[in-house]
Amino acid sequence: MTELLVPLLLLFVSLYGLLRGQDVYACLLQGAREGLSTLLSIVPSLIILLTAISMLRASGFFDLSARFLSPLFHALGMPPELAPLMLVRPVSGGAALAVGAELMKTYGADSLIGKTAAVMLGSTETTFYTISVYFGASGIRDTRHTVFAALLADCTGFFMACLTTRLFLS
Amino acid sequence: MSHIWLFFLLASLVSGGLSGQLSHLSVAAMQGAQEGVQLSLALAGALCLWSAVSRVMEKSGLSEKLSQLLSPFLSRIFPETCRDGAARSFLCANFTANLLGLGSAATPMGVSCVRRMQEFSRDKTRASNEMCRLIVMNTASIQLLPTTVAALRSSLGSSHPFEILPAVWVSSVCSVAVGLLAAFVLEERT
Repeated sequence: MTELLVPLLLLFVSLYGLLRGQDVYACLLQGAREGLSTLLSIVPSLIILLTAISMLRASGFFDLSARFLSPLFHALGMPPELAPLMLVRPVSGGAALAVGAELMKTYGADSLIGKTAAVMLGSTETTFYTISVYFGASGIRDTRHTVFAALLADCTGFFMACLTTRLFLS
Repeated sequence: MSHIWLFFLLASLVSGGLSGQLSHLSVAAMQGAQEGVQLSLALAGALCLWSAVSRVMEKSGLSEKLSQLLSPFLSRIFPETCRDGAARSFLCANFTANLLGLGSAATPMGVSCVRRMQEFSRDKTRASNEMCRLIVMNTASIQLLPTTVAALRSSLGSSHPFEILPAVWVSSVCSVAVGLLAAFVLEERT
């Protein structure tokens, strides 16, 4: 089912655009150009952050932190290898992507850990970045319960990612 | 960000010392930078393809259709915001852009929505209940097609990059629901 999703979506969107009298091909080109500029904006941070993450991996930091946190993760039924991903996810999107890529490379993209990492990345956001953009841009200082509720949502997302991957994908 | 970077460096030096791996660090740093370039290239194709598709959806009015469909649902969560026409259209546009994974379009719409909501609040430096709900909703991903992650999976050799979709949807819905529920409960107390 999910294998057909992409081609059908491409077909549907293009047909709809054509019926609405749009120059679909020109729109596609314009969008792809915007995609390139988005990419350019994240390349520098990916390079810098992967430098740090590669050092962290070589230093054994991920093994140490996984060992340190493993009792907690076992109690929740979550693989301790994913601890670094959960720690960086709310803080930096680029770093989370880099840690996720690292996990998928080490354990395999189709392994349980690789899949769980992908589901975590897909179902959460860069919480602190988003909060600071929104409140920064509107000049609000009293943020009340926003941070707590947002972090609670993230924890739920992480926990559900482990659960759903085990239920649907293994 | 500078603090995080510094923390990464210090953490790798400390744990390198603890596990006796210090000699590998300089090679790892150079390799990491190289991996950054490779990862960017691996993501390039999918990122461009999906921005192209979403551009067509926007131009053909498909995004607007979607946001009209969603407006009854949104007016339940944001009753005050939806009473104002401008705030409502910002809200719908923000939600739709999030669904389609257009982070760069969602953020300006969301910020405009908060600014519009601000005009109706008495204390301009204090977040209103609905502002908190909106921001919590934006910090919990509600993306229908997590294309960046799928691109990452396929570049690392996954056989079915999109098979994670059902798991992503269920996890996203649960996390948004818990976040909004927490926001509703905490409103009474703060």
